[in-house]
Amino acid sequence: MALLEIKNLQVTVDGREILKGLDLTVNAGEVHAIMGPNGSGKSTLAHVLAGKEHYEVTGGTVTFEGADLLALEPDERAARGLFLAFQYPLEIPGVATMTFLRTALNAQRKKRGEPELSTPEFMKLVREASKKLGVDQDMLRRPVNVGFSGGEKKRNEILQMALLEPKLCVLDETDSGLDIDALKVVADGVNRLRSPERAMIVITHYQRLLNHIVPDVVHVLSRGRIVRTGGKELAHELEAKGYAGYQDEAA
Amino acid sequence: MTAEVHPIRTAAETELCEAFASAKARLPGGQDVAARREAAFHRFEARGLPHRRVEEWKYTDLRAMMRDAKPLASPPDAAAKARAKTAAQVLGDVECRRLVFVDGVFAADLSDLDALEAGLTVRPMAEALAAGDPLVKGYLGKVATAEDDVALSLNTAFMGDGAVIRIAAGASLDRPLHLVFAAAGDAPASIFTRSLVVIEKGARAMLVESHQGAEGRDYQVNTAIELVVEDEAHVDHVKITREGASALHISSLVATIGARARFNAFAFTTGGAVVRNQMFLRFDGEGTVAALRGASLLAGRQHADVTVFADHAVGGCQSRELFKSVLDGESRGVFQGKITVRPDAQQTDAKMMTQALLLSETAEADNKPELEIFADDVQCGHGATAGKLDEDLLFYLKARGIPAKEAEALLVRAFVGEAIDGIEHAGLRELLMDAVIAWVAARD
Repeated sequence: MALLEIKNLQVTVDGREILKGLDLTVNAGEVHAIMGPNGSGKSTLAHVLAGKEHYEVTGGTVTFEGADLLALEPDERAARGLFLAFQYPLEIPGVATMTFLRTALNAQRKKRGEPELSTPEFMKLVREASKKLGVDQDMLRRPVNVGFSGGEKKRNEILQMALLEPKLCVLDETDSGLDIDALKVVADGVNRLRSPERAMIVITHYQRLLNHIVPDVVHVLSRGRIVRTGGKELAHELEAKGYAGYQDEAA
Repeated sequence: MTAEVHPIRTAAETELCEAFASAKARLPGGQDVAARREAAFHRFEARGLPHRRVEEWKYTDLRAMMRDAKPLASPPDAAAKARAKTAAQVLGDVECRRLVFVDGVFAADLSDLDALEAGLTVRPMAEALAAGDPLVKGYLGKVATAEDDVALSLNTAFMGDGAVIRIAAGASLDRPLHLVFAAAGDAPASIFTRSLVVIEKGARAMLVESHQGAEGRDYQVNTAIELVVEDEAHVDHVKITREGASALHISSLVATIGARARFNAFAFTTGGAVVRNQMFLRFDGEGTVAALRGASLLAGRQHADVTVFADHAVGGCQSRELFKSVLDGESRGVFQGKITVRPDAQQTDAKMMTQALLLSETAEADNKPELEIFADDVQCGHGATAGKLDEDLLFYLKARGIPAKEAEALLVRAFVGEAIDGIEHAGLRELLMDAVIAWVAARD
């Protein structure tokens, strides 16, 4: 059974059809890259998978480990192992990063019927994970993402990913707003999480992220459909030729 | 001019006139106090209850809201005192010295007057009025220019008991003073309490006022506290209003603050049908820093009004205001803030912020900031926001596995926490955060 199976997914936002029959199958252990021009529906796909409101699914199915993903609330999807790394991580004034991480982790554990972590257990986990990612302890005491640089925010996303140990990570333009050094740090963090049990969907406009997170499969999304699928060399081709051909093709 | 003649009185106004006529002879105090009461009552008679055309009461139309005036409370019986004993535990583990008032009357047996710290003197107001206490003679009704307010005038006319507290120059209290006002009787009643606290030069004190009453009881509270904060004193004041569901509660905090002093006030409101917290603050000496904060958490048809007058009579002072309200159901939160900077009050630094979080479509927030600046070298600012919980933030939290209700609770706590974090006393900070958590948990 595939980890994620999307069949003929059609999604409308504010009366406009964005996804027009998207098919995608992702197996455990695989890293898929989804590339495409602006407005092709990349972020819509990420948000629909995570369960954001105001995205109306007008057709198709999405199954996650065989279950109907679209019938689940966002928090239930997360507890089952779906993680969306946000393109623009939000700032939450007044909520300390530690409190946020702990509430999230324990809420997921509770939903899965696992015991909640004690404070020392949790602290140990966070310390280890943050060390590997080079996340400053001081950052953890600050309110979530408040006053963080773009790089710190993305690192914080990857830290959450590492702690929550999802089965499927969806990275929505994780490279946006990062300089090359920050990009390397984030990519290293992601690579460390690659495992035979875990799959990833890396959504990006540029090939440069894929130099660091090397995908197994590359898809081209254009006008709400996957129009081409290939190996990692497809990303290089896109980098050289641009998306112009695909925009024409889809028109 | 808003002075008007009212040939037609409302039922409540008529009842207040009757109550004053029949009670004035037995209210505490000598000739001079009686004259004060008469003068104050005349101010009420001339204008009647404040209504929506009185700018300061624009959103809290007392004439419409007060259908009647309850009879003056009788002295508490044993059952009321027993109930008040529970009410006195409201601060939980926070160590404090308690002064308990049951239906407006000082209850010595429930209060802690043992081993008063050096420099601390405490006396019940009724006794002080009757005895012509010099402190009361010197300060009562003279602390700041608020006598024009009709609610405060009514308090002066009817004032019964309360606390008269003096903290001598340089003295520092080991633990907070907790004034417990418990409306613990059964019968409908109106309760008028008046307190005077003089904190002398360089003294340090923390005052906590709590007001609570029986859920089912129909009662009206008019409470006032006058604070004299002398030069270099450091005073924290926290008021917790948890009146019963049918209660009308009007409170006036009147303070004059000397030079190089620190003054922090916090008004926390979760209970009462109609609550009005008014603060009249006058800066009387340079170099003082004051922070006025508050949080109201309202549901159902509750109405809570915070109205603050900060009068920068002298220069070089800093005032900060931050008032938050969380409004559910059909509740209504009102904030009015007026900052006055007098012509010579140069180098004033005054900022005011009010924020309302609307948890339902039917809740209402009214925010009215006012700045009146006569000096030219000042920094003044104000801000007001009203909105619902941020959907994107909620989604972010839910996407991390936090269920909707818990995500909402986290954001409400964060919203109110910003104001509560300003309270210096850690125990009280925790107590109020716990109250917020309990309030959120009790929703829906």
